[in-house]
Amino acid sequence: MLTFIAKRMIQSVLVMIAVGLITFALLRFVGDPISNMVGQDTSTAEREELKEALGLNDPFVIQFANFAKNAVKGEFGLSYTLRVPVSQLLSERIPATLELSILSALLALFIGMPMGIYTAIHKDSWLTKLFLSSSLVGVSLPTFLIGILLILLFGVMFRWLPTFGRGEVVDLGWWSTGLLTWSGIKSLILPTITLAIFQLTLIMRLVRAEMLEVLRTDYIKFGRARGLSMKSIHYRHALKNTLIPVITITGLQLGSIIAFALITESVFQWPGMGLLFIQAIGNADVPIMAAYLVLIAFIFVAINLLVDILYVVLDPRLRTTVGD
Amino acid sequence: MENENNLNRWQDFRRRLADNDIWYSFKHTPMAYISAITGITLIALAVFAPLVAPQNPFDLASLDLFDASMPPSWMDQGDPRFLLGTDDQGRGILSTIFYGLRISLFVGFTSVFLSLLIGVSLGLISGYIGGRVDAVIMRIADVQLSFPAILIALLIDGVFRTVASKEIHEDLALYVVIFAIAISGWVQYARTVRSSVMTEKIKEYVQAGQVIGLGSGRIMIKHILPNVLGPVFVIGTLHLALAIIIEATLSFLGVGLPPTTPSLGTLIRIGNEYLFSGEWWITIFPGATLIILSLSVNLFGDWLRDALNPKLQ
Repeated sequence: MLTFIAKRMIQSVLVMIAVGLITFALLRFVGDPISNMVGQDTSTAEREELKEALGLNDPFVIQFANFAKNAVKGEFGLSYTLRVPVSQLLSERIPATLELSILSALLALFIGMPMGIYTAIHKDSWLTKLFLSSSLVGVSLPTFLIGILLILLFGVMFRWLPTFGRGEVVDLGWWSTGLLTWSGIKSLILPTITLAIFQLTLIMRLVRAEMLEVLRTDYIKFGRARGLSMKSIHYRHALKNTLIPVITITGLQLGSIIAFALITESVFQWPGMGLLFIQAIGNADVPIMAAYLVLIAFIFVAINLLVDILYVVLDPRLRTTVGD
Repeated sequence: MENENNLNRWQDFRRRLADNDIWYSFKHTPMAYISAITGITLIALAVFAPLVAPQNPFDLASLDLFDASMPPSWMDQGDPRFLLGTDDQGRGILSTIFYGLRISLFVGFTSVFLSLLIGVSLGLISGYIGGRVDAVIMRIADVQLSFPAILIALLIDGVFRTVASKEIHEDLALYVVIFAIAISGWVQYARTVRSSVMTEKIKEYVQAGQVIGLGSGRIMIKHILPNVLGPVFVIGTLHLALAIIIEATLSFLGVGLPPTTPSLGTLIRIGNEYLFSGEWWITIFPGATLIILSLSVNLFGDWLRDALNPKLQ
């Protein structure tokens, strides 16, 4: 098991180095970093001096090492358009994205799981058919269209809920939250639902598939033969074994929720990292793009690594097979 | 003689079709034929857009700003010339949808084809040659699979846009989007083909080929490939729906196709600005078209997967 973890860690580091190389190339070769920093009337000599001072004449390897060192510290330089350190911009935006993503993940989990269990136990009820067919619609609906439809319905037609921004936020020093004001909570409703729907259908289908698989196994049949009540079989015995893959995959999905938040943020003008990134693409603001790339890659790699390790820890059956 | 031969072949084909399980399942599954008919209708509308569209929305001479922002024809102030209303430029929504479908489907089909080409080739090589080549390809696939396709497409697209200057990327946008979607989707094909190849390559016909000295390329393409293509079509169908959605999302985010060649996603983006002034039809009709398109392709793909999977029969 230790070799497995070590192997996965080396792989994670390699991925981060690859992502680092891509972003470094982007920063270094797209546009001229010097002309992005100085005015038109700067002389060539001064430019050369600045180039030397910034280490742009150093060999590639040293430049990359410096970049990596700064990236680890979270420093990606100044934004071209906003003239503010990227690290500061990102840290202002992270709470908005995380609040939205985590709430959506919880919503998807707490609605999707009971739906999945229900559809697995009551295979032929009309409610199951309704859930299953609407889940197919859920998969076919692009996230941004769900957002637009919700805005049209609850924002434009009924005028019940706000459709853009975070509302009033409370600044806790290192974290700004929308959960402590009424307008902040109301602003969260539509984006959270939008982001949760796709994940919800995914979790429901997964729970259903796993549960059906477990219900076919011998120990469930034996439990029935022993005369245990169906309730105890379903919730005490079957559910437990369903949960391991469900938890791991939901964990993995947290990464893609943060990625999909980008679309939701764009629909609702939610001031998170994703919106910042989309605007950066439009303005060719490379430092922001680079920082977002590295951050998202890091989140994904970290979650994957964690889930892989958890999987082996939680499920003893895997320990012998992945040992080598 | 030639004619008779063709006729025989046609009859032969019909007889084989009648005996075919998949055709039987298709005829007796309403979901399958309804989604197929819907999908084919939408494709036909897209292909023949210049013939069936009431107006040509890109012919500037025919546009009249007096026609701008008209509601659908059944509402007050509607105009019978514009069944689904007009946008801010006076273009008929119905016509822009037909042309938008054309672009969405073009991007969808070409990117899926490209993705399939990359994925199947890498899968064949990976499975047949094995060893270090296999390890490298599959590691890359593993890593890519841990990121959602839409994020990868967005990143490739975003990086390209920053690298290329503004003037070029307007012209190249279409190809950049196709390329980005293609790259984001190859893994599924490669993994499936690889595992099929691994079971095929130890079979006798492959060994026979090796013994009589056929080259690896020939064995892979002529002999193994036809036997591993079945699942590829299923993945391809489901991927088509995903590709169309990814393209629409990129265009909606403003990093896909420009308003000069609007896809359904671009139309939704344009219309989204008018949602609050009550002109819902500019967004909702292209949106509904997109949903119907992706839903019918998904339903058809779902059926195809079940029909081709012998385990479920």
